[in-house]
Amino acid sequence: MSDITCTINDKSVTVPRGTTILTAAAMLGIDIPTFCHDPELSRYGGCRICVVEVKGWGQLPASCVTEVREGMEVYTESEKVLEARRTILELLLANHPDDCLTCEKTGACRLQEYAYRYGVRKGAFPGACHAYPVEADNPFIMRDMNKCILCGKCVRVCSEVVGRSVIDFSFRGFHAKVATPLDSGLLNAGCVFCGSCVEVCPVGALTEKQRIGKGRPWELDSVTTTCPYCGVGCQINLLVKEGRVVGANAAGHGVNGRHLCVKGRYGHGFIHHPERLTNPLVRKNGQLHEVTWEEAIQEVVRRFGRIKQEYGGQAIGVLASARITNEENYLLNKLARLVLGTNHIDHCARL
Amino acid sequence: MTNSIDEIAGADLILAIGTNTTEAHPVISLRIRRAIQRGAVLVVVDPRKTELAELAHIHLQIKPGSDIALLNSMAKVILDENLWDKEFVESRCEGFEELVEAVQGYTPELAEELTGIPADSIRQAARAYATVGKATLLYTMGLTQHVCGTDNVLAAANLALLCGQIGRESTGINPLRGQNNVQGACDMGALPQFLAGYQPVADETCRKKFSEAWGGPIPDQPGLTVGEMMQAAIRGSIKGMYIVGENPVISDADANHVEKALNNLDFLVVQDIFLTETAKLADVVLPAASFAEKDGTFTNTERRVQRVRQAVQPIGNSKADWQIICALAEALGLPMRYQNPEEIFNEMAALTPSYAGIRYERLEKEGIQWPCPAADHPGTSILHQEKFVRGKGKFHAVAYLPPDELPDRQFPLVLNTGRRLFHYHTGSMTLRTDLREICPTEQLDVSVHDAQCLGLNQGDRVKVISRRGEVEMTVRISETVPRGMVFASFHFPEAAINKLTNHARCPKSNIPELKVCAVRIEKV
Repeated sequence: MSDITCTINDKSVTVPRGTTILTAAAMLGIDIPTFCHDPELSRYGGCRICVVEVKGWGQLPASCVTEVREGMEVYTESEKVLEARRTILELLLANHPDDCLTCEKTGACRLQEYAYRYGVRKGAFPGACHAYPVEADNPFIMRDMNKCILCGKCVRVCSEVVGRSVIDFSFRGFHAKVATPLDSGLLNAGCVFCGSCVEVCPVGALTEKQRIGKGRPWELDSVTTTCPYCGVGCQINLLVKEGRVVGANAAGHGVNGRHLCVKGRYGHGFIHHPERLTNPLVRKNGQLHEVTWEEAIQEVVRRFGRIKQEYGGQAIGVLASARITNEENYLLNKLARLVLGTNHIDHCARL
Repeated sequence: MTNSIDEIAGADLILAIGTNTTEAHPVISLRIRRAIQRGAVLVVVDPRKTELAELAHIHLQIKPGSDIALLNSMAKVILDENLWDKEFVESRCEGFEELVEAVQGYTPELAEELTGIPADSIRQAARAYATVGKATLLYTMGLTQHVCGTDNVLAAANLALLCGQIGRESTGINPLRGQNNVQGACDMGALPQFLAGYQPVADETCRKKFSEAWGGPIPDQPGLTVGEMMQAAIRGSIKGMYIVGENPVISDADANHVEKALNNLDFLVVQDIFLTETAKLADVVLPAASFAEKDGTFTNTERRVQRVRQAVQPIGNSKADWQIICALAEALGLPMRYQNPEEIFNEMAALTPSYAGIRYERLEKEGIQWPCPAADHPGTSILHQEKFVRGKGKFHAVAYLPPDELPDRQFPLVLNTGRRLFHYHTGSMTLRTDLREICPTEQLDVSVHDAQCLGLNQGDRVKVISRRGEVEMTVRISETVPRGMVFASFHFPEAAINKLTNHARCPKSNIPELKVCAVRIEKV
């Protein structure tokens, strides 16, 4: 395929044929706002916020679906473009709840970001607003369709990546809405709660129930680690506020990219569960009692010492774990064979 | 896995045996879906109509435990129709004559009798696997948890060798491992016969290398596997056990037997993050920190070593497992002193050739797939490209062996066990999260036909009884199970299905036959 040279904001760029203006601009470090575009999903061109001016063209094309042509001269922030984007934002805001104070998406919301960037306030187009009930029929995903801007990314990710198609556009015109079959909620729709729709939602329409009121994006520390469940090894970010894990999301790289399953995304409540063991326990008179570490370790040493003395190390068995780290398994292997003197070490590899 | 997760999306055909991927490895199922979108053929071998089976172009609904009959018969079709990769077999393999002889008797018609799969479907699947450019074979515990588990895997390997579907991108024999670090635990020598990096403990050179590095002698006889340890505990030859992060009372076959074994010990130490059913039996319980509270590495199913990073402080007075192990070693008179997990990793890597080139700083951005023998080695995404580890790929003659316990008059149904999407293993973690809200209890999947015969309705309470125990559960009438089979997960301690399962094991790997045992159902 031959390459194409064009200019964007008077800078020249050469790209392979078939490259969109949006991608070509990104190669020059030029940021064009988008709502409905996602590099992992099919091209859509629905939201129009990414429109640009092309010299000689009568209309402003959507840069996410328009491929560059030889000699094209593109302007991404011209007066015409800015005016169009402001109008688009005014139209989106006309029907958007004025809820940034308590909205979970504040600080990570594209609508908020672009309204700020282009200085747009609500109120240019007074008119009817939606009053859909917030859907919270499940423990994980809150759907507030009043905030939905109909970018369709959730619909596409559910169909194109997750392959389940539990949501789609329904109704027409002003009443158009992303809904489950018969609008009966995610629980009845066969949703697996992978949360990929929440991950791609650019606004506060889809949020995580577990994280409500648990911290603003800028208050959270994000620690990249490996999911503790199955053997896929998804890369996750644990979101931490004041020493507590308040949520998790996909790290965006590794085998999983931005995707996770319900366990990896929503299954971390056990970390701070009140039943976590916080002190060593030793059985006395048939009951387990909390003791100090010193006492517990001494008890283990005394009892294993006695078994080793009377019967030899071969009378001790060790079960290592498919849950703990490599370093810890290596040490257990060393402890068993070298210190306890037994090769009876195994784990649940067969389960 | 011989290959990598990403490569699954590029396969022309996926042969998935005994893997409920959409529930047990959901993110891998995304790759399978992508392959299908690209036009790949999906062949699923499973007695249940899982979601993956619903996606399949060819669903071979096999009688549980008859995989060898199917795989041998596929090999026979491929041989008879001259579809095998002569060049690959000639140059890369040995033992071809044994294979030809071993599969000779397995006509698709005989296989149909043994597996319940129509002979023509077997032919169709065999032709498809042999003739596509890139076929990847995925399997999970549905293939392995049988008395013939090792032979099942060998039969699958035979097929891959015969068709040259290994050593190239998007091919291979790919077990999808079920736990975050089961691959790593095996790599690290948490196996009775191996030191780290699968170096045999019975081999004097290997033993010498470790005992010199560690500064002390290592016993020379391979030890016992989990199941054998439990039997030894009942016999009284194992007196004490140290169980770290495992819950065998719920996870192991024939749980009543396991409980009896642990109760028979003089001394039991359990180290875990919760007071699990196993910890409740212990004499000493040591509180461990969770994955979020420590640093280290896990190795995933595609052999990728990845970082675990501390996000929060250990809860209460709990400690990271490595710190507890070091404290025990010190108190037992052999100090192990490490500043941090990285020091442990470096010591391990110096003794483990497949990890030798891996260092924490190399894992900062992304993981590395072993073998990675040197600091400048990029890691290995595809195994066996030029040659096999042992040199030539060896065909193994394997023969069909029926399950240890088949249904009879007294116990007329087959119990199959596995996992559900919303929970994990023995539930010690997921049952303490919001996942419990969406999936609060276990239900027994019963086919429409069997429910009708037994007069069962949706939601009825029943007792499921095997020769080894009984549990009470609620019935879910389900189209996923075939007539004559019931299915339940082992996630819920209140419905501890492993009280029923059979501890009969594969003599080669000691894996228990968790996928087949005989039960009956009584209405409560």
